[in-house]
Formats: sequence, structure tokens, C-alpha cells
Amino acid sequence: MCLGIPAEVKEVKGDIVLVDFGDGVLREVYGGAYEDLKPGDIVIVHAGIIIEKLKPERAEELVKAINEFIEDLETKASQLFEYIGSEKGETK
Amino acid sequence: MTWYVRLWRLLTLAHGAGGKETEDLIKHLIVDSVPPKYWRVEGGTGLDALDDSALIPIARDKYIAVTIDSYTVKPIFFPGGNIGKLAASGTINDLLMVGAKPVAALDAIIAEEGFPTEQLKKIIDSYVSTLTSNDVAIIGGDFKVMPKGQVDGIVIASTGIGIVEGKPIDDREIKPGDKIIVTGYVGDHGAAILAAQQSIGVKFDVESDVKPLTSLMLPLLEKYRPYIHGAGDPTRGGIAMLVNDWAEKTKTVIVIEEEKIPIRPQVKEYAEMLGVDPLSLANEGAAVLAVQGDKAEEILEYIHSLGYKEASIIGQVYEAKDPRHVGRVLLRSVTGGVRILEPPSGEIVPRIC
Amino acid sequence: MPVLRAKWSGALILQQGGAELIKRLEEFLRRNEYARKIVKKIHELAPNAVEKTGQSPIKIMDFCGTHEYTITHFGLRSLMPPEIELVAGPGCPVCITPAYYVDVAIKLSLEGIRVFTFGDAYKLPGSGKRGKDIRSLEEARAAGGNVVVVYGILDAIRMAREDGKESVFFAVGFETTAPSTASPVVKGHVPRNLTIINVHRLTPPIMKYTFENHRDNPIRGVIAPGHVSTIVGARAWRFVVDDYGIPTVVAGFEPIDILLAILEILRQHVEGKPRLVNEYTRVVTWEGNVIAQRQISECCEVVDAAWRGIGFVPESGLAFREKYRAVDALHQYGIKELSPEEWKYDLPPGCKCAEVTLGLAKPTDCPHFMKTCTPGTPYGPCMVSSEGTCAVWARFGGGGLAEDIAKSLGIV
Repeated sequence: MCLGIPAEVKEVKGDIVLVDFGDGVLREVYGGAYEDLKPGDIVIVHAGIIIEKLKPERAEELVKAINEFIEDLETKASQLFEYIGSEKGETK
Repeated sequence: MTWYVRLWRLLTLAHGAGGKETEDLIKHLIVDSVPPKYWRVEGGTGLDALDDSALIPIARDKYIAVTIDSYTVKPIFFPGGNIGKLAASGTINDLLMVGAKPVAALDAIIAEEGFPTEQLKKIIDSYVSTLTSNDVAIIGGDFKVMPKGQVDGIVIASTGIGIVEGKPIDDREIKPGDKIIVTGYVGDHGAAILAAQQSIGVKFDVESDVKPLTSLMLPLLEKYRPYIHGAGDPTRGGIAMLVNDWAEKTKTVIVIEEEKIPIRPQVKEYAEMLGVDPLSLANEGAAVLAVQGDKAEEILEYIHSLGYKEASIIGQVYEAKDPRHVGRVLLRSVTGGVRILEPPSGEIVPRIC
Repeated sequence: MPVLRAKWSGALILQQGGAELIKRLEEFLRRNEYARKIVKKIHELAPNAVEKTGQSPIKIMDFCGTHEYTITHFGLRSLMPPEIELVAGPGCPVCITPAYYVDVAIKLSLEGIRVFTFGDAYKLPGSGKRGKDIRSLEEARAAGGNVVVVYGILDAIRMAREDGKESVFFAVGFETTAPSTASPVVKGHVPRNLTIINVHRLTPPIMKYTFENHRDNPIRGVIAPGHVSTIVGARAWRFVVDDYGIPTVVAGFEPIDILLAILEILRQHVEGKPRLVNEYTRVVTWEGNVIAQRQISECCEVVDAAWRGIGFVPESGLAFREKYRAVDALHQYGIKELSPEEWKYDLPPGCKCAEVTLGLAKPTDCPHFMKTCTPGTPYGPCMVSSEGTCAVWARFGGGGLAEDIAKSLGIV
């Protein structure tokens, strides 16, 4: 229901914040519903207002977790395929 | 037809956005007002084909191609061009897309009282230099001024005339097995214009791709004319509109691979931020071609050699296996799931949802 | 999340900052090979979950319109096994905005007051009849009304300040959007010449209402709205697990986020333990955005409010507090607030938007769908917003058409 787009904070001018949505354009958004914003922060913008900060360490955790989850699936799958003697196990 | 007038009492901007509403209006309000006998001249094409240009036969395997388009754009001067270059490029490209060599153009300009003459001069210069550098003569035109407030800045209508020697490209010849090629980045023009209109941005390093495609299409036609079954420049309505139009016209199914579509990351991010689909953004310097399947790789290589390095095979035409599938475009997403790619509908407006 | 209990190895792929990180993350969370593998796991777990719940297919509700958008946009339904049904919930704030307020906005715009609107609400029909009345702000503009589409309230504030023209902002939206109204109001950024039609609505009450309406064939999994949760916090969904025993996952908006959420819901069924899990930890916290919450409650009080086609739902809307009456457009122009006694059923005849919104009917169940109601000529509100379930299905071939075609061509 609520499109939220990540953007990088470039400059904080009171409640007005300049952000880059990754397209190289700096845009003014409203930052009055969040505190302690600083350049370099990654934020989620909805309808022109900053609603949250993105936590890179959490994102990193998620990525790691997915990687391991996939690896885990693969190991299990290959073990299983070894066990049943099939050669059709996914190799990639 | 009266049902159409009852349904839409007043025109909205959506009727001119180049999507479904424009198509419906053209079909139900304009084409239907013309008796079918007068949709084309004998042996040629016209309202029956609704292609980029109409064709009038003049000899065996020889046709005159004619097109007309009116151009309005805001801002009039935008990153990568202005309304003059836009009009000239659009005119040339419409001729190229039916397999014609552009030879002449005429323009009709309506300007607003108070419009700076210096700007008009710049616009005319762009229009003229774009045409002449592509070997197109400007053989006539018209100029009017409307009282202040009765037209917004400037509107240009431009007619193009070209000659087809050999088989014209008629999109109705697209058939199952054909591959779909796009010759450049998708959505640059639409994104650049949207960005310029919003004018909050400090800089957006994407410019409009507006340009004539002569250097691409003329050599390509020379070498591969019989294998090009369809060609179109996806202007308003973007690629989504064009391929839907093709699928509907030819009663086929077209499958597009999202992963293969060349799109600048900035354009993608920008479109995503505004909640608009890059596939429905306008292009003014890219062509979409439907080519014979077994020649597609070879043609793609040749297109690359002509300097259109981003060109890519993005999809394929299939026979519809069920009447309910006729005219549909399927898109396989980067994640692997499939969905229908619908023709764009309504005016492009940023959304919050 | 538990299903991903990690051992913390593997390369750091996210060392870059800013825009680079955003791009990498997005690319990662759409990657085909990962999606395939998670989907495979979903297929493996689904039969067992069906056995455990005794429901087939298992009904999982995605509440948020943006989730529904991701699901259809990336064709995720085409990747699901037959044991799973993904049902869209009441997550489109435009679709549920009562016709009454649209009529008010149209009227004001035609009186020469400039009405600012989000693009979504621009085409939303009010109670007028198609082809006869002026039904939407889009048609109002065509009829000479003063309507300006903006990306956010900041644009409206800027324009109103610059030219001092009498203006109204049509503020629709859920908790996510509410701070964009509340914050500038409490901070005094709204100029005098700009007033606001406040139609903000709250999601937990409508979620309860939805559960009550699904008693016969209950919802067995909830993908909770990610961006609403940024404001209200993951804790707002505790009641789903505590009161209804439904597995609940707060999820992000990339395809992999949603696939993981589905997998987690299945896993909870297999284990027989419903829980509240936050998959979207990179953005959503347990408490939510406390500053925004404070600003909302400073600015607005919670009131019983009308939902289009549904009627009044207890404590499901926001209204300006007495103190901020000056920015209330309805108060300013002497227009009555909608009351339960005066609320009239506000869907056009035969339109099934309310049932579709609550997940009780599919768009294809509606007699108007794609016949007299299309994205170009919307009849009911769910066809209007790009997030309305009907519009999403119309655009992306919901109802199985895409899957059908793909199968017939042998490309899946």
C-alpha cells in the first residue's frame, strides 16, 4: 500500500533533506518525522517523506543468511542425490 | 460511436498519453468516422494498418510513404534536445519504420503570442539541421501565432515523405518464430522529460535519446529488408504499447524476457521511485524490430557493428494456443515468474502506493 | 528470521555505502537462482503444511498493495504450488477512500480552489455516474477544475507558499502516509492558505475486521505490511498471533523477501507453532518510528471511520484534534464530516470492490471485471489505483492467464 524507496542522504537542512535515489539526482524530501539524520544514511522515502532508516548491518545479515540458506539447501540436496544415486542434482 | 462520446464526455490528458485510451479514441472516434473504402488508397496502406506511415503505391514494388505528427513537449528545451529536434527525428523515424528512405518534410508551427523569437530561431535551426544532415529536404510549411494563453508556448506539426523501394515493412507480417530486437536503452526520453518537469532535481545524468535512426535503418534495410517483418519506434506508450499493438494486430503471443531489456540503472531507479513502469516510458531514438528467427543473431551483430551497442534480443513471437491468449504479451521477470505485460493506460502520474 | 539461522560465514558483498548498497541489495533480492531454490523448498513444505492445517489450498493473505504489486509484477503466483493461495488484502488506501471525500475534493476544485492530490487518487471515482457526472479529480481538471498532482505534501507546501493561492491537500493513505500530514502540521510548516482533507486510515483495525469476515475459511498466514510497520513497528501485529493464532511475517518488498515470508509461514505450520517474525529487519524495528507515532497522536485522534463499500469500522481512522482545526479543510469550508448515520453504500451497482478488498472475492468473480470495468475506464475504485487488486490483475493478467499462456507455450 505504501511504496517506499531507499535513498541516500546527501545533505540535511533542518527538516528538508537532500537525497539521492540512486539515479544521480538530488531531491528534496521531508525529514521532519525522523531524528539524527546525517549524510551517508540510507533512508526509506514514502510520498516525499523519510519514514525510516535502512540499517546496512541488518541488510548484510540478511544477505549472509540467504547465502547460507541457499548453500545449506545445496549441500542437503547434493547429499540427498548422492544417497539416492541420481546424477540429476543441481550443480549450480 | 455515440457510446464513446457518452462514455467520455470530456477529453482527459490520458486520451493523449499514447496508451490504451489514445488507441481507443483513434479507433472509435476517428477511424470509425471514415468509411472503410477511404481508409487507404488502392493498393496501399492507411487507417487499416495504423502503422507509423501510410503507403501509396506508385509503381511495382515502389511506394510513397507519408506520415504526420504533432509535437508538444514540456519543457520545450530539454536535456538532449528541443521540440525542433524531436519533431524532425520523429518524422524521419516514422518513415524509416515502414522501410522508407526519408526524402522531404513540411512543418506547421503554432506559437504563442510573446514567445521569444530567439528561442523560435533555435528550434527551427534544430529542426532544419536534423533533417538536412539526414538528407531530407524541407519543402513547405505554415506558421501561425495564437493570442497569449491560447496555446502553451509552441506546437509543431510535421509531415514526412519517403520512398519505399522493395518490400515495405508492414507490422501485420510479424509471425510466430520472429525475434524481437530493441536497438538501444529503453525509457531515456520519458525519464529525462519527467525529471525535467519535476525540476526539483539538481542533475539527472540521463538525456533524451532523441535522434533520427537513419544511420541504423538505411544500412539495415539495404542488407536485411526481407527478414525485417515489423519495425516501430516506441514513442508515447513505450515498448509496452508497441509490442501489445503487434501481438493484437497479428493475433499472436509475444514473450519478453525482462533480463534482456537494455535499461540504464538510473532510469530504472528513477522510474521505480516514481512508481512508473520504464517499459511504458517514451523513447525517441530507439527502434523495436521483429525479425525472422533464424536471422536474428546475425542481424543483431550487424546492428552492433553500426554502433548501436546496447541492442539486444528481448523476446520472441509465438502462435497463440488458445483464443484467450490471442494478442497477449507475456513478460518473464528477472525473478523467473511470468506476468502479462499490459499496454499502458492513463496518464503517467507518480504514485504513493 | 529463524528459518535463516545463520552461521556467519561467506563473503561480505555489501561493504559499499549509499546508492551502491541499495543497488546491490536490490539485485540480490531479485536473483533468479535464489528465487528458484526458495521456491523449490516451498514446494517441498506445502503438502505437509496442508496436512497440518487441514486447509487446501492454504490461504495466505498479503495485506499490502505493494506486496500484491511485487507478487504480480514478478509473477510470483506462477511459482507457487497448487497447495498455496495468495490472497490480496485491504492494502490499497485509495480503493477504500469513501466516495464522499472524493466528491468534496472535486467540488472544491471546481470552485477554483487548487486541490493537490497524489497520482493514485487522481483518477479515483467519487459517487458520480460514468459519462454523466464529473467523477474524478482527473475529470474535474478536464472540466476546468484546479487539480495538481504532486509526489508529496512538501511539493504542495512549497507551491502554496510561493503563490499564496487558496489550496487543499487531499490526504489519503495508511499509517505510512499519515506522518507526511501530521509532521508538517505539528511542526507548523503548513502555510495558512493550505488546508487538508484528512482521510488517513489505520490498518490493524481493518485487519481484525478482515479476519472476522474469513471465519468460514480462515486465513492461515499473514504477510504483514512492511512500510506500515516502519511507523507502527512489528509489535503492532502481535494480536494476529496472540488472538488469532496466525503465522505472521513482516516482509520487505523484493521478490525474495516475499518468498522467504511464504516459506517461513509454511515452516511454522509444519512445526505447529505460529509466531510473529520480522523478515524486514533492515528497515522495520520492533517499536517502529516513535517520533512519527508521537507526531501522529499529537496531531490526530483515532476515530471510527468509513471504508469504501464496507462502512464504519471502529477506531480505524484519524481526525485532526481540536487544536489543529485550522488546517482541517472540511472545518474550514463548513463541510460536514461523514457520520455513520449518513454513510451510504458508496460503490456503483454490481461492483464487488468491497469483497475483493477484503479478500472474499477475486476480481475475476466480478461481473464488471474487464468487461465494463478496465484500467482505462474504471467503474469501481479497485480498478483505479495502480495498487487496487483489480487494476493489478488487469494489468498483469491475474487470475491465472499468464501461467496459462506460459504453460501452453512450454516456457515454464
